[in-house]
Amino acid sequence: MSGFLTVAGLHAGYGAGRVLHGVDLTVEEGEVCAILGPNGAGKTTLLRALCGLIRTTGTVRLDGADLPRNRPEAVARRGVAHVPEGRGTFAPLTVEENLRVGAYTRRDRAAVAADIDRVYGYFPVLGKRRGQAAGSLSGGEQQMVALGRALLARPRLLLLDEPSLGLAPLVTRELFEIIRTVNRDERLTVVLVEQNAHLTLEFADRAHVLETGRIALSGAADDVRADDRVARSYLGIGG
Amino acid sequence: MNGTRTPTAAPAARAPRTRRAVLKPQGVLLAVLLVAACVAPFQLVPFRVFQLTMVLVYAIAVLGLDLLVGRTGQISLGHGGFFAIGAYVAAVLLDRWDVPYPLTLPAALAVTFVLGFALGIPALRLRGLYLALVTMTIAIFLVPLLKRFESLTGGSMGLTLTKPDAPAWTGLAQDQWLYFCVLLVTGGATLAVAGLLRSRVGRALAAIRDNEAAAEVMGVRLSRYKTLAFAWSAMLAGAAGCVNTWVIAFVSPDSFTSTLSIMLLAGIVVGGLGSLYGPLLGGAFVFFMPTMSQGINQAAPGVISGLLIIVIMYVAPTGLAGLAGRASAARLARKK
Ligand SMILES: Nc1ncnc2c1ncn2[C@@H]1O[C@H](COP(=O)(O)OP(=O)(O)O)[C@@H](O)[C@H]1O
Ligand SMILES: [Mg+2]
Repeated sequence: MSGFLTVAGLHAGYGAGRVLHGVDLTVEEGEVCAILGPNGAGKTTLLRALCGLIRTTGTVRLDGADLPRNRPEAVARRGVAHVPEGRGTFAPLTVEENLRVGAYTRRDRAAVAADIDRVYGYFPVLGKRRGQAAGSLSGGEQQMVALGRALLARPRLLLLDEPSLGLAPLVTRELFEIIRTVNRDERLTVVLVEQNAHLTLEFADRAHVLETGRIALSGAADDVRADDRVARSYLGIGG
Repeated sequence: MNGTRTPTAAPAARAPRTRRAVLKPQGVLLAVLLVAACVAPFQLVPFRVFQLTMVLVYAIAVLGLDLLVGRTGQISLGHGGFFAIGAYVAAVLLDRWDVPYPLTLPAALAVTFVLGFALGIPALRLRGLYLALVTMTIAIFLVPLLKRFESLTGGSMGLTLTKPDAPAWTGLAQDQWLYFCVLLVTGGATLAVAGLLRSRVGRALAAIRDNEAAAEVMGVRLSRYKTLAFAWSAMLAGAAGCVNTWVIAFVSPDSFTSTLSIMLLAGIVVGGLGSLYGPLLGGAFVFFMPTMSQGINQAAPGVISGLLIIVIMYVAPTGLAGLAGRASAARLARKK
């Protein structure tokens, strides 16, 4: 198996309810990989499975080595950062405290301080609100906190679960542009789960369509966009 | 993020911290409290000094229990037991081996820390009511054990000690000296907890409290903090028990009524969950409630703590944690 992240025969679910039925997926280093699919297809479940939050069978390898199972904190230490669905910012903590929790596994204080400033460089508004409770920010700002917090772990793989949820289209575009910039500047591999197929296919290198727990279609983002089925189901084109 | 790569935008200009502004009135409050605390024993009659000392003793235990309930959303009905263990460790060391007073404190801390850690392990798998029941076993086992090892613990007669006198250079009366010793321990415990909460550990605790899964994927080890919170919390209850022995100079199985755990829980609710001054209020509640309600009626303390049990048990599964959540929501509203 080649690829930076390789997933093979991945099954996962909640208790008796199986959600993923053998997902196969390869993500190359440095790419932005989109996972598209309808509501309830199992996109969130897939990300939870990758970062060890739920029980799985099958293989998940990062850079050639198996990721630990059922131990999210150990997966985090391997360089996987997860921005969960609904952001998961720590509401009572300030913006800066949120970022510091992101750097939880790191001991290099000076570099952490530099990285916090770098995040404020990406998101100047967060710099202005650094002492404010994260729960008091707007949805877009909270998504920035969640993204910045994930970056502070200095991840090698970033998992993003529907960052556009509840954001205005312009804010979403801005956020995606920053994700692209970070991906390019830091050569960070990104897995981006989205329902907003139009915009996502504009930004992603490759895309996979997840349907009822299986990958139904994979390809370069442009090819996926050109695919009839995708056009009909997700882009609202044709009939 | 890797430092060797393309430089990115310049750091944003340092915005004024809204927190600084909040800290100032707190600083004034702290100064006033400290001055009052130092002047009080010279202005009050010995009995009042004793009462104040006891409030400080219970404040340590409330502070410890709040660390568990208010900060990590777990519950314990065993903290009265840890209090008693701390008290007995000190008493046995003083009675048996004539250990100097100050050294009983680290001993009590060590014993209760280890026991708290051990109790924290089953706590990982239990929540709410189930956790409350398991922690109650501490109190259930304690009394028979104390009676069983009579040669060490004095059995049901307990142990009677002599109170330490103030060193001559201080010129203090015994009650004043004890007051200042306890004040030092209470102050030290409060500073330690405040420091802990402001550190990386405190951020991790707050993150767990707010969103366990999100904290976990940031690399925070839940199990470690949940057990450690139990250990720290038990250790503070043990410290309270230890200084209680200094002040009262007597321990017996009956000194630590089974309602102490309930009173401590009620104390954190009265003092406000997750607040740093709350334990003083809570300590006052734990100390004065039984004596004051006794004034109403002989049975009143029992009735009140019985009612408290029902209320706490009824709301326990989500209630106390929910209260903590509401407290942090209120803080959030203020930070806005
Ligand atoms: N915590 C959960 N417990 C039980 N079932 C769940 C849970 N989360 C999601 N599911 C179920 O798993 C399926 C896939 O959900 P999800 O992964 O959230 O889909 P998506 O993110 O693609 O919308 C759905 O049928 C959903 O009802
Ligand atoms: Mg989802």
